[in-house]
Amino acid sequence: MTMHSKKEAWQSFLLVSPSLLAVAIFVYGFIGWTGRVSLSRWTGLLPDFTWVGLENYRKLFGDARFQIDIRNTVLFTAVFVLGALLLGLFEALLLDQGVKGEAFFRNLFLFPLAISYIVTGVVWRWLMNPASGTRLSGLNLLFERLGLHFLINDWYTTPFWGIVFIAIPAIWQMSGFTMAIYLAGLRAVPDELREAARVDGASEWQIYTRIVLPLLRPVTLSALIILGHMSLKVFDLILAVAGKQLALDVPAVYMWQTTFDGNFYGQGAAIAMLLLLSVAVLIVPYIWYTLRAEEEA
Amino acid sequence: MRVGRLVGLVVMLLLMGCGGTRPTASPEVSQVEVFSWWTGGGEQAGLNAMIAVFQQKHPEIQFINAAVAGGAGSNARAVLATRLQAMNPPDSWQGHAGQELIGTYVKAGQIEPLNFLYEKNGWLDVMPKTLIPLISQDGKIYSVPVNIHRANMLWYNPSVLARHGVTPPQTLEEWFAGMDAMQAAGMEAPLALGEQWTAVHLFETILLACLGPDAYDGLWNGKTDWNSPQVTQALETYARVLTYTNKDAASLSWQDAAQLVSNGDAAYNVMGDWEEGFFKELNKEPLRDFGWQPVPGTQGVFQFLSDSFVLAANAPHRAEAIAWLEVVGSREGQDAFNPVKGSIPARQDADRSLYDVYLQSAMDDWAKDRIVGSLWHGVVANDSWKTQINNALGIFLMNGDVSRFQSALAEACKFSGPCR
Repeated sequence: MTMHSKKEAWQSFLLVSPSLLAVAIFVYGFIGWTGRVSLSRWTGLLPDFTWVGLENYRKLFGDARFQIDIRNTVLFTAVFVLGALLLGLFEALLLDQGVKGEAFFRNLFLFPLAISYIVTGVVWRWLMNPASGTRLSGLNLLFERLGLHFLINDWYTTPFWGIVFIAIPAIWQMSGFTMAIYLAGLRAVPDELREAARVDGASEWQIYTRIVLPLLRPVTLSALIILGHMSLKVFDLILAVAGKQLALDVPAVYMWQTTFDGNFYGQGAAIAMLLLLSVAVLIVPYIWYTLRAEEEA
Repeated sequence: MRVGRLVGLVVMLLLMGCGGTRPTASPEVSQVEVFSWWTGGGEQAGLNAMIAVFQQKHPEIQFINAAVAGGAGSNARAVLATRLQAMNPPDSWQGHAGQELIGTYVKAGQIEPLNFLYEKNGWLDVMPKTLIPLISQDGKIYSVPVNIHRANMLWYNPSVLARHGVTPPQTLEEWFAGMDAMQAAGMEAPLALGEQWTAVHLFETILLACLGPDAYDGLWNGKTDWNSPQVTQALETYARVLTYTNKDAASLSWQDAAQLVSNGDAAYNVMGDWEEGFFKELNKEPLRDFGWQPVPGTQGVFQFLSDSFVLAANAPHRAEAIAWLEVVGSREGQDAFNPVKGSIPARQDADRSLYDVYLQSAMDDWAKDRIVGSLWHGVVANDSWKTQINNALGIFLMNGDVSRFQSALAEACKFSGPCR
């Protein structure tokens, strides 16, 4: 028996070892290497590991472009996460009413999720075309034809608030995902609870606000984490919609440009480490929380 | 038994992971991989014409066109940097003559000197003397220039100018007065502008117009102070120029901006003379559908850039790459490439009759004008400096703060340029 289980443990270790090895090298190894580069003054194509301590980080926080990045990331994350959560919840609540053809609508809301951010970005770049006058096109043209002139705007070229408009395609794409997990959460709420509440004389509104929504809290937390880390790392969507204009810059775009256009490898690595740190701040408490919850269970 | 099979499987998987295959075929096959960012318009057509010449001369060599799309090569250079670091260089790649090559690839020892090719083919006698120092370091020539482009060009739509009773401007003041009149007549943006790099391009021509060629050269060799009132005035002029541009500039490519002019939605566009090739692709007639002149205030100055090809150090197919470079530098190759791309040959013995009316005028100017180098197109500043200037300019486009723009520019010169 012990012989057998020993053999099985050895076998299972052997089975996971390739992926363990790959993760050790390609994830943790390269994180370590990036960290080392971020503490060097490497500029130019030739590696230069001269130790400069936290100099790259100190410079970044005094850098005007990086301040724009932080502002844009905060604005984008706030609008995108909140928008996707609310829209997803709304869609899930609608579908949960037992609407006819639920499967059709479920797929309709889910489909944008299957598209890559680049495709979404290109399409929404056309839709949100900021051209004016005779060159009016996209949504602006639609608004004009419908007589909704007050809705015509500069979209992502709006000074200061431009980044918020880029959250619209992101919300459009990801709300299907939040809808799906909220719907699963709603279906997991036992009917007995609702019926008991009804027997006690609760209104439908009270059932939702007092019983269903509190039970959905873990679902909201999961969605928040997944959307949040996507939002912090956003790159392809920004590039597809806005190109490389500083008004809509985010850390990932800056990292790419400063490394490959400017050959500032040390600074690029520092931005990468800060990105990792910001995602870790979001995710590590969550992992810790779920691990503890699993232990207790 | 089962364990044995498992071990076999694991070993096989590891082998599959480690036996990395190169994207290019083995060196024994006669082929040459040439990397560029010529993927559209006259650029691609010109490259294809030159490849046709190469294939005719060397039918036995397989030509691999490794072109990566993206305006002014911004995407392509990122791909190239990655390949060079992975020790997987293309045999030959396109680079802008000047600091972009010298400051980046020569410094890193990634390209081979080509003096032997110049001597063998007699190129020193047929290429402009002013060009050779810019593509050399310590007497070693590092690239073969295919063409010469001019950056300080103002393109206009003659019928739009005629409709507003404006003649092509000779000074900045005349230019502004004409655009004021157009704005008063209801044309919101007489000057078409595209995404951010086209704003940098516009910026370098305005710097040249305001400072003149000597002080402009001084910006790059450390003799002109970036904090001087002269520069302040140039930046203020630039701010004024921006007031004539379209609000949706950030959403347009340089081609989109050029089309605003050819469609009559705008009167002017400042862009390098590759724009002529683009207009011709749109079936526009030179002088009738579009006109040109140097940017006001830069007459008699030729702000140049040059596309050139290099030989990779440790090129996988060195002999074939040399064959390619000999075509690039040949009169036949340059006369195939340039008339289509809309540029003038780097060689001075080209067949004039092949070139259209604009290019012939550019050939005349190249022969007699004062020569200065372009900033965005890699002649006067290395990539790091250029990137910092680009950042400073992007922030200026957002906040319009001239004094912060100026101090950021001075800082960039200290950090990456010759200012100390």
